[in-house]
Amino acid sequence: MSTTQLTGGQSGGAEPVPVLHLAEVTRVHGRGAAEVQALRGIDLRVYPGELVAVMGPSGSGKSTLLTLAGGLDTPSTGEVLVEGVALGGLSRKRLAQVRRRSIGYVFQDYNLIPALTAAENIALPRELDGASSRAARREALAALAEMGIAELADRFPDDMSGGQQQRVAIARALIGDRRLVLADEPTGALDSTTGESVLAVLRARCDAGAAGVMVTHEARHAAWADRVVFLRDGRMVDQTTSRDAASLLVPSATRPRPT
Amino acid sequence: MSIRHGLLALLDQGPRYGYQLRVEFESRTGATWPLNVGQVYTTLGRLERDGLVAPHGEDEEGHLFYAVTEAGRAELRNWFETPVPRNSPPRDELAIKLAMAVTVPGVDVAAVVQSQRRHSMKALQDYTRLKGQALNGDEGRQEDLAWLLVLEQLIFQTEAEIRWLDHCETRLAQRRPGVQSAEPPQAAEAAPGRPKRRSRI
Repeated sequence: MSTTQLTGGQSGGAEPVPVLHLAEVTRVHGRGAAEVQALRGIDLRVYPGELVAVMGPSGSGKSTLLTLAGGLDTPSTGEVLVEGVALGGLSRKRLAQVRRRSIGYVFQDYNLIPALTAAENIALPRELDGASSRAARREALAALAEMGIAELADRFPDDMSGGQQQRVAIARALIGDRRLVLADEPTGALDSTTGESVLAVLRARCDAGAAGVMVTHEARHAAWADRVVFLRDGRMVDQTTSRDAASLLVPSATRPRPT
Repeated sequence: MSIRHGLLALLDQGPRYGYQLRVEFESRTGATWPLNVGQVYTTLGRLERDGLVAPHGEDEEGHLFYAVTEAGRAELRNWFETPVPRNSPPRDELAIKLAMAVTVPGVDVAAVVQSQRRHSMKALQDYTRLKGQALNGDEGRQEDLAWLLVLEQLIFQTEAEIRWLDHCETRLAQRRPGVQSAEPPQAAEAAPGRPKRRSRI
């Protein structure tokens, strides 16, 4: 498979364009004595087909990294590029469009609109983007089905559990042909089996060619990623890749089968 | 030991010969703990000596079959009914390494922790990928369920190790010379904390 090349990025020749590129990004909050360096010199490329997990203690800059990647915040220095387009150079209108069309964002607190049903919440970005409401609803229903919660289509957020709202939020992030999916603790409110099915959906979306970045505290969830990046005090201190690594369980790949 | 009882459990389902036992053992545990045929025969020899299995004829290809005895069945039931003892934990190289690292001068403990965390994370990724394959596999086969459970045990164990490493790091940050005695509450706050939610696993 070509994934090693995609994740390695050192194949020489025609290197694929990263879906997300944080180029020497820093982010400083506050000024003077209250100044906090949230991110320092982050360089991160995420390629098509790749799911990256970001881990680190509270305050290490994980969420800041994600909001920058999603165009919800701007770096103090450096550049954020989505599909090769620098977000810093875009008008507000164009930026909103990129966020709507190219980026799916799962917020930690879901950010569902209380006055809209699950299906309406999910369809909204498509409608804002000019899709007919009928087409948008069809897509929303498909996204709900993909998350295994088709029956929630006409429920309002207040009538849903935290876990259900979270899955609706994920369905909203996955609707349309978004090339970049960003998720802040996407499994937070979910029990372990439901959390796993959400990760499987995210994984499948990346296997189908999207790029994903997820922030998580749980190693077991981060392990669904192709690459795990460790943040400490705003710096990327380490990372793993595993697709090119020798497997720990080589024999099991050819697990004997009783006949 | 587990090989002994593993073989008894397989023989409880009917007479089998050595190679067959090896294949079936590995099929249930995904070759996580590979067995060689020699081990199988040695174990069968001991089981026979102890009266837990008995030879059960040969087939035309010369395979020597074994069957479980009544005593063997009783031993197997007893194994299932008795918890695996946890009162003498197996020696853990990582725990020993860190215990030594914090006491031996000049060791960069944080680097020891991080390099282990990277390694364990990678292992966790590998296990998880295998689990993804197992989940996509042929559902309903008992062997596949057995293999999935073994894999998940490895996953939870590795995860626990990573959480423990995270914890070690926090502990080390709190105990950093100079920080510790000055203002403990603030030092604790400045140290990389763990989210509360984490405990909900």
